Amino acid sequence: MANTKPDNTVDYQAFSPFKPFEPPTPPEKSPLPYVFTFCVCMITWLVLSGKFDFFHIALGIVSSAIVTATSGDMLLKARRIAGLPGAWLRFIAYVPWLLFEIFRANMHVMRLVFHPRMMDLIDPRMIRFQTRLDNEMARFIFANSITLTPGTITVYVSILGKYTVHAIDRASGQGLPGEMEDRVGAIVGE
Amino acid sequence: MQSIFLYAGVFLACIMVLSLYRAVFGPTVLDRLIGVNAIGSKTTTLLILIGLIYERVDMFVDIALAYATLNFIAVLAASRYFQKKKGLYDEAEGR
Amino acid sequence: MSVLDIVATAMIAMGLFFFLGGAIGILRFPDFYSRLHPAGKLDTMGQFAAMIGMAIYLLNDLSLGSVLTALKILLIVVFVFITSPTATHAIVDAGVRAGLAPWTKESREGRR
Repeated sequence: MANTKPDNTVDYQAFSPFKPFEPPTPPEKSPLPYVFTFCVCMITWLVLSGKFDFFHIALGIVSSAIVTATSGDMLLKARRIAGLPGAWLRFIAYVPWLLFEIFRANMHVMRLVFHPRMMDLIDPRMIRFQTRLDNEMARFIFANSITLTPGTITVYVSILGKYTVHAIDRASGQGLPGEMEDRVGAIVGE
Repeated sequence: MQSIFLYAGVFLACIMVLSLYRAVFGPTVLDRLIGVNAIGSKTTTLLILIGLIYERVDMFVDIALAYATLNFIAVLAASRYFQKKKGLYDEAEGR
Repeated sequence: MSVLDIVATAMIAMGLFFFLGGAIGILRFPDFYSRLHPAGKLDTMGQFAAMIGMAIYLLNDLSLGSVLTALKILLIVVFVFITSPTATHAIVDAGVRAGLAPWTKESREGRR
């Protein structure tokens, strides 16, 4: 057990320009992503159509089946699905905290916008930091959370996890990468 | 309740005029893009407000969803198009 | 007016307030990068608040149709919360690649 790397991390050394390109090993075939995609399509269909007679539901089943057959493995990869229910529950628990954080930071930006001496208060700057998150999905959620929290915009995320963030003033950039990174890391179980 | 929605819609339209200033006079192309994006996100809300005023929300909510999608795709396409163009900054300095 | 109406009106008023802040922020901030802060996110928050308010108003009569319409409004909110950071990031990326330098306090004081 020397090499105990979890298989949901991407080996970025494989993409180094000094090696010949090797395509990553295809994930093992599993019906779960297809079932998941079908369920998402079907729920969206039911909400959007609003008609529950046999004809419309049959149309929805056919359409969802076509979408699932052509692009069922795009929404989720099979190797990511292992701890999925727990991850979804933790993500749902993360959302209220994120909403509260968004609201608090929105108030901060509102104060800046309506402040008469706004030009003296703002101090735009670029911040660079290295994240310790290893999972692609976690990095994605983290980058989007940074962008949603007002005062900070993710400008660039390198493939090795270097974030470039534009912050509107000193105070909004200070908390990065603090509590938010820990919480996002807790979602994927790191 | 209808009059509240009506006044909210009128207020929203006035805010859209404010954003239109940035879309028309913005110094760079990307400033105009920001203005257009802001107007689009307000339009999505305004469409549902119009639906509430006319009591046909079930119809207008689909239009709002389509408009939100369209706004997103338009912003993505425009920013992908302009990022290849050098000289976005020249326009700002020319003024 | 019922309780739901009052809650809905308060939410819509809050959303309009955020929208107003976004519009004024777009006008007042000095450069493209800092304008994105009110544009991308105060608008998202305003949309969130106003749409939740309208969904609450629709729940006044609990029929299947109005509940489905409220669900559709929630779907728009979720969609906006996914797409808004992406759109903001696309615009900022275009700016970085076109070589726009961010406005800083030092640059303003140097220009004086």
